[in-house]
Amino acid sequence: MRTLIFTIFSGLLLLTSSYATAASGGVHLDAVEIDLDDKASLQRGAKTFVNYCLSCHQASFMRYNRMAKDIGLTDEQVTKNLMFASDKIGDTMTVAMRADDAKKWFGVTPPDLSVISRAKGTDWLYTYLRTFYLDDTKKATGTNNLTFKDVGMPHVLWQQQGYLRNDDESHGLISATKGDKSNHEYNVMIRDLTNFLAYIGEPSKIQRLAIAKWVLLYLVLFFLVAYPMKKAFWRDIH
Amino acid sequence: MLSSLMGWVDARFPATKLWKEHLSEYYTPKNFNFWYYFGSLALLILVLQIVTGIFLTMNYKPDTALAFASVEYIMRDVEWGWLIRYLHSTGASAFFVVIYLHMFRGLMYGSYKQPRELVWIFGMLVYLALMAEAFMGYLLPWGQMSYWGAQVIISLFGALPIIGEGLSLWIRGDYVIADATLNRFFAFHVIAVPLVLIGLVVAHIIALHEVGSNNPDGVEIKKHKDEKGIPLDGIPFHPYYSVKDIVGVIVFMFIFSLVLFYAPEMGGWFLEKDNFVPADPLKTPEHIAPLWYFAPFYAILRAVPDKLMGVLTMGAAIVFLFLLPWLDRSPVKSIRYRGPYFRWALTLFVISFIGLAYLGTQGITDIKTILSRIFTVIYFAFFILMPFYSKLDKDKPVPERVTFK
Repeated sequence: MRTLIFTIFSGLLLLTSSYATAASGGVHLDAVEIDLDDKASLQRGAKTFVNYCLSCHQASFMRYNRMAKDIGLTDEQVTKNLMFASDKIGDTMTVAMRADDAKKWFGVTPPDLSVISRAKGTDWLYTYLRTFYLDDTKKATGTNNLTFKDVGMPHVLWQQQGYLRNDDESHGLISATKGDKSNHEYNVMIRDLTNFLAYIGEPSKIQRLAIAKWVLLYLVLFFLVAYPMKKAFWRDIH
Repeated sequence: MLSSLMGWVDARFPATKLWKEHLSEYYTPKNFNFWYYFGSLALLILVLQIVTGIFLTMNYKPDTALAFASVEYIMRDVEWGWLIRYLHSTGASAFFVVIYLHMFRGLMYGSYKQPRELVWIFGMLVYLALMAEAFMGYLLPWGQMSYWGAQVIISLFGALPIIGEGLSLWIRGDYVIADATLNRFFAFHVIAVPLVLIGLVVAHIIALHEVGSNNPDGVEIKKHKDEKGIPLDGIPFHPYYSVKDIVGVIVFMFIFSLVLFYAPEMGGWFLEKDNFVPADPLKTPEHIAPLWYFAPFYAILRAVPDKLMGVLTMGAAIVFLFLLPWLDRSPVKSIRYRGPYFRWALTLFVISFIGLAYLGTQGITDIKTILSRIFTVIYFAFFILMPFYSKLDKDKPVPERVTFK
């Protein structure tokens, strides 16, 4: 009997761990640490996002004022520094570019980034944004991507990272032209951006994690009442 | 004052009678163990799903152009909307976890056997309705997996000869999964199937209370009664099991909360990654995986090379569960007093069921197809051979009264 229960539960545990490997598609992904409490990182990420992403991509489920509150900025700061695409603080992060035009220019409509971190995973985003490389066969953009082959998006952050090229000897990416940022600085920039994308993927996660321990504590207290009550009732059952 | 009020009500509605019959004088075996929590937990989740579902419908929009965004609206702009949505999505998976454990309990202790055949049949119908409910609910967020999962399942009906194509067209209400499909699935999910579910659950409980609960020893407590006609090994459900089930509910809610607050996607098992991409009829995802609770049956479907045969085999996998009370020929109910054949059969069955669940979510490879076929054979052998091994088994003597420490 116990063996049976053990078999079932260990089987279920195995299942829980195996799903992710089935979904990743075989490309090596660099791990990124997400920290929604790191407000400075989220603010830097927001800045990168509105400057470089939010001209083609939208985050049409994310409101500016919600973002302001969650990443520790005032409405005024956001209006002044982060709102180029809209003029109302209660608006969502949309862009003026029409989907049809975008499709003409890039081959696909740039996807809405509201929940991209939940669809792709943060490790994927962190790796993807760092693995653009020069590719002559890509006429439109001049670049390709190791993580997302033949992607329609150009290497938007080339000024920061510089261009990379595929090295035939080491089978890895090496620097082709120098960027404004060192390798480390660029990684931090992308980490902050990924952190921000993780945030807009689920703004309520901050609230969710904050409330979690109180719910669990309540249940523990409830248990401390309910269990002795059960014991007391069952005392005379033999 | 209060008693005269109850007297007034009782003269018009059997409130006290119902209370006594189903709670305070429903005599329950005193030796219930861990496995007996899952019935009341299933009821709890049913209520949870209905209540959270009502609140979700207040903001959800069953329209292909709005559905995906309305779910994100609930997650972001509706006060506590994220909590309600996660309660509902985690609740869906928790429902199946609890129901599968509840069914497994039935298998272990022979709760489907005479005189509880109808309890089992009603329970199986609840399980079927639950599968329909979950399937249609999963279309509603209108993500890629919603769309393509429904596409795969509905196309299965197309495999049936002659009526197949017309049938799947009739189910969809369009040539592809479209607004008409979303609207009708919404209607079924929020009203039609829940009504059926509640009715069946009531029937399940009425049937159970008519014959009385089984127990881990599989002995009938009604055989030994005291002079007042009360089973010697029975205790009133209320207060004994109501206070005990509260403890079970708290432990369950603790685990449930861990998932809900710390891992609502459960690593992709409860909320699939691809479902955060809006449905796109022109872009088939690389890997279409059913949710884990359907995966065993999906694996059986894929294990059979021919589509029609696969669909029929999958159907048979459910039908055999219904037949269980008549396939089992052993006079003994509980696994505690069963012989080695049944124990081995049940162990293999559970392994193959979990194995199929795993394989159903994975991409196809040669070795995985072979494994699916082996597990499928074991799954069916458990039922088909049951009349033989359950009869030939070297069962142990069953005690007269329940054992209780």
